[in-house]
Amino acid sequence: MSAPKMRPLLLGVVLVAGFAGVWRLQRGIDAQIVSLHQEQDELVLRSGPVLKLMSLEYAPLLADLYWTRTVQYYGSKNTRAEHQLDLLWPLLDITTTLDPNLLPAYRFGSTFLAEPAPRGAGMPEQAIEFLNRGIRANPDYWRLYQDLGFIYYFDMRDYGKASSAFLEGSKNPKALPWMKVLAARVSERGESRETSVFLWNEVYNSTSDAQLKKNALTHLRLLRGQEDCEQLDALAEEFGKRRGRRPDNVQDLVNAGLIPGAPVDPLGFVYVFDADGFAQLNPASPLAKDQPIYQRPM
Amino acid sequence: MSRAAVVAWNTFREAVRDRVLYNLVFFALLMFAAAILVGQISIQIEQIVIVTLGLSAISVIGLLMAVFIGVGLVSKEMDKRTLYALLAKPVRRWEFLLGKFGGLLLTLVVNTAAMAAGLFAALWYVKHPLERGDAVVLVAVYFILLKLALVVALALLFSCYTTPLLAILFTAGLYVAGLFVNEMRDLQSATMAPGMKAFLRWLSYLLPNFSNFDVMAAAAHGRAIPAMLAAQNTAYAALYCAIVLAAAATVFSRRNLK
Amino acid sequence: MAGASIEIENLTKDYPFGFLHLKKRRSLEGLTMTVEDGEVFGFLGPNGAGKSTTIKLLMGLIFPTAGTARILGKPISDIEMHRDIGYLPEQPYFYDYLTAAELLDYFARFFDLTAADRRERVERMLKKVGLETARKIQLRKYSKGMLQRVGLAQAILHDPKVVILDEPMSGLDPLGRREVRDIILELKRQGRTILFSTHILGDAEMLCDRVGVIVGGRLRGVGAPDEIVGVKAHGMEILFEYAGGGGEPSRLLSGATRTGNRYRLQVEEGELYATLEQLRGAGAKILSVTQVKASLEEYFMHLVEADRAQAAAVEVYGK
Repeated sequence: MSAPKMRPLLLGVVLVAGFAGVWRLQRGIDAQIVSLHQEQDELVLRSGPVLKLMSLEYAPLLADLYWTRTVQYYGSKNTRAEHQLDLLWPLLDITTTLDPNLLPAYRFGSTFLAEPAPRGAGMPEQAIEFLNRGIRANPDYWRLYQDLGFIYYFDMRDYGKASSAFLEGSKNPKALPWMKVLAARVSERGESRETSVFLWNEVYNSTSDAQLKKNALTHLRLLRGQEDCEQLDALAEEFGKRRGRRPDNVQDLVNAGLIPGAPVDPLGFVYVFDADGFAQLNPASPLAKDQPIYQRPM
Repeated sequence: MSRAAVVAWNTFREAVRDRVLYNLVFFALLMFAAAILVGQISIQIEQIVIVTLGLSAISVIGLLMAVFIGVGLVSKEMDKRTLYALLAKPVRRWEFLLGKFGGLLLTLVVNTAAMAAGLFAALWYVKHPLERGDAVVLVAVYFILLKLALVVALALLFSCYTTPLLAILFTAGLYVAGLFVNEMRDLQSATMAPGMKAFLRWLSYLLPNFSNFDVMAAAAHGRAIPAMLAAQNTAYAALYCAIVLAAAATVFSRRNLK
Repeated sequence: MAGASIEIENLTKDYPFGFLHLKKRRSLEGLTMTVEDGEVFGFLGPNGAGKSTTIKLLMGLIFPTAGTARILGKPISDIEMHRDIGYLPEQPYFYDYLTAAELLDYFARFFDLTAADRRERVERMLKKVGLETARKIQLRKYSKGMLQRVGLAQAILHDPKVVILDEPMSGLDPLGRREVRDIILELKRQGRTILFSTHILGDAEMLCDRVGVIVGGRLRGVGAPDEIVGVKAHGMEILFEYAGGGGEPSRLLSGATRTGNRYRLQVEEGELYATLEQLRGAGAKILSVTQVKASLEEYFMHLVEADRAQAAAVEVYGK
C-alpha cells in the first residue's frame, strides 16, 4: 500500500489502541480515587437562595437536576448500605427552593427524612417543617396533609396533631373520603394496627415512585409479621397453659395440634420463639434487619 | 418600508445559507436523548423535565443566536464593506437597520418554531395523549421569542457603534442585569442611602425587565398564563424594541463608515 | 450651474484620531470642482491623497466636516438621488453566499422595477461583464477580477445617469482593464457622466475628457490631460537602428539610450533635420520620429514631491 492509502488505516490503529489505553488508565485512576475519597458525595453550594440567583431564569431546570441527584443519592446510599444520609436534607432544601412546586420532592423527601436509619435520615421534625413549606407553596395539594398526618402518627406519635392534619386535608374537595374518617379514628383511638396498615396501603397505592413503594411494602410486611407474632404469642400462652411451659419453636405448636403447619413471615421465613417464649421474626429473615423500627411496646 | 423587507429577506437567506439552522440538529438530539433517558431513570417528573429542558434549550440556543448573530449584523457588513454598495442604493440607513432586525427575527422565529415542534414531539412521547393544558408551553415559547426580539434589538444597537466583542459583553450584561431588575427595585438594605435606593428604583424601570418573560415554572407545572400578561408583555417588548431601534437608527445615521 | 452633473464646493473632511479622539487629521481640504454632464472625469492622486474620501463623501458613506456637494442638482444627503447614480466601491466585496445573479437581483429590488424587468436587466448585465457562465457560482469563490466585474455590473444595473467608480481597474489583468475601459467608453457614448478615481495615469490619459489631480488632500489642478501638463512639447525623439560601420557618430550615440542595436535619441526641434542627415550618413536605419510631450507622470511626480517637501518643511519648522 502506498503512503497516502495507509493513512486512514494508521488512524484507525491509533484510535483503537489509543482508546484501549485510555480505558485502562481510567480504570486505574478510578481505583486510586476511590481509595482517596472516603466520602464521594459532596455538596459544595448548599445555599438554595444563592443557587436560585445564579440560575438566572433556569431555576426549574436546575431543580430537576438537583431532584435527579437527590434520587440518585438516596438510591446509591441504599445499595451501598451506608447509613449516613447527611446530604438528603440539603439536597431537598435546594431542590424545593429552586422549584417550590416539585411535589414528588415533598412526598419522597418527607418520608425518607422522617424514617429512622437505616432507611432514612431520622429527622422527623425536619420532615414536618419541610412538609409545611410544601403546603405553603402548594396549598391545593391535599396529599401533603396526608403525609403530614402520617409523620405525626408514625414518627412523632402525636395523635392530636395527626388528626388535625388529616382533618385539614379532608377539607379539600379533591381529597379522598377516608381522610375525614381517619381524622376521627386517630383522634379517638390513637395508634392502631388497622390504621397503620391502612395508611401504608394508601401510600403504596397512591405513589408511582419505586423507592416509596418498596418502603411501604416493607412496612406492611413488618406489620404483618407483628400481627402474626401476636397471634403466635396468644397460641404460646395457650400452649403454656396446657403443657406448663412456653414452646421452644413453632414445631411444638404444630405437634400440639394448635396450628396446622409452620407459619412463615411474608418473606417465607419461619417464625421463632425467643428465650422468654415470645414469638419473633426469624433472624435469618431480611425483615429482621428492618425490625428495629418496630421495637416499640404495643 | 418594503425596502426594509428586501433587506430582511436577504438577511434571513444569508443566515440559512450560513448553516445557522443546523443547531436544530443538536436540539433534536438533545430532546430525543432526554425523552428516552427520563423514562429510564424514573424520577416521577418526566413531563416537567421535558418541558424545563426543552424551554431552557430553546432559550439558551435562541439567546446565543440573538447575541452572536445580532452583534454581527451591522459590524460584519461594515468590516467586510458589503455595506458600501448597499448604501449607495436608494435605501435609507434606518430601513437597512430595520431590515436587519427583521431578518434575524424571522430566522429566530423559524428556528424557535422548529424547536417547539421538537419539544412537543418529545412531550408526546413521554405522556402519550397531549392535553389542552399543554398549550401553556406554547405561551412560554412565545414569551421566549419576545425576549429574543429585545435581545436582538440591543445587540443591533451595540453593533452600530462598538466592536463585536464589546457589543457581546454589553448585550449579555444587559440580559443578566435585566433578570435581576425586580430584586433591584425591592432592595432591602438598612445601610443604603435613600438617594441610592431611589436611583436603583429608577434604574430598575429603565433597564429591560427580562424576568417579565420568565414563565418556565408555570409551563412546567401546567399552570395557566393569563392572557392579559401575554398582551402586556407583547406591548412591552414592542415598545422597548422601538425605543432601542430608534436609538440605533440615530447612532447609525451619523456614523462615518471606514 | 447648468450642465454640471456633480458640483462640489469647499468640501472638507477631518478624521479624529489619537487618545479620546482629540487630534484631527485633515484628509480633504476645501475641494471645489465640478463634473460636467456627459464627460469622463478622472480623479488622480497617489494613495491616501483623498480620492476615496471624496467619493465616499459624495455617496453619503461618510459626512463632511465642511462644504457641500450636489449631484444632478440634488444635495448628497438626498437618498432618492441614489436612483440615478451607480457606484463601484474600492476593492469590492459582496455577500459570500449569494451568487452573482442573486446579488444583482437583490440590489435591483431597491429600484422600482417589475420582476420581468429585473430579470432582463440582470441577464443583460451578466452578459455585458462576461459573467454569464459564472452566474450560479457563489461569490465567495470569485476571483478579484470577477468581483470587480460584478461590482461594475451592480453599478450600472439601473441605468444611472451618473456613474462613480472608485479604482475600477485595480486588481485586473490587462485584458480585464481593457474590458473595463471599453465599458466606460460605451457608457460615455450613451451620454452618461462618469467620475472615476485611479492612480494609473495611463488609463486617465486614454479615457478622460478632464482630470483633477489631488495630492495631500488638496486639489492641485483640473483640466484636460494635455492642458494640465502645461508645456506642450519637449522636442523630438528619434528611434533608429545602428549596427556599426560607416563614420561613427559617437557623439550622437553617447547621448542615446541603447537596447541591442536600437537607439533612442532626443533632440531639440530645430536640430531634427541636421541629426537625421548625420544618422543617415552614418548608415543608421531610421525607424521612427515622434514628438515628445511632458508626461502626466512627470507633472504628477513633481506635485507629489513638492507636497512632500512642504510637509517636511512643516515638520522641521513646526506650526
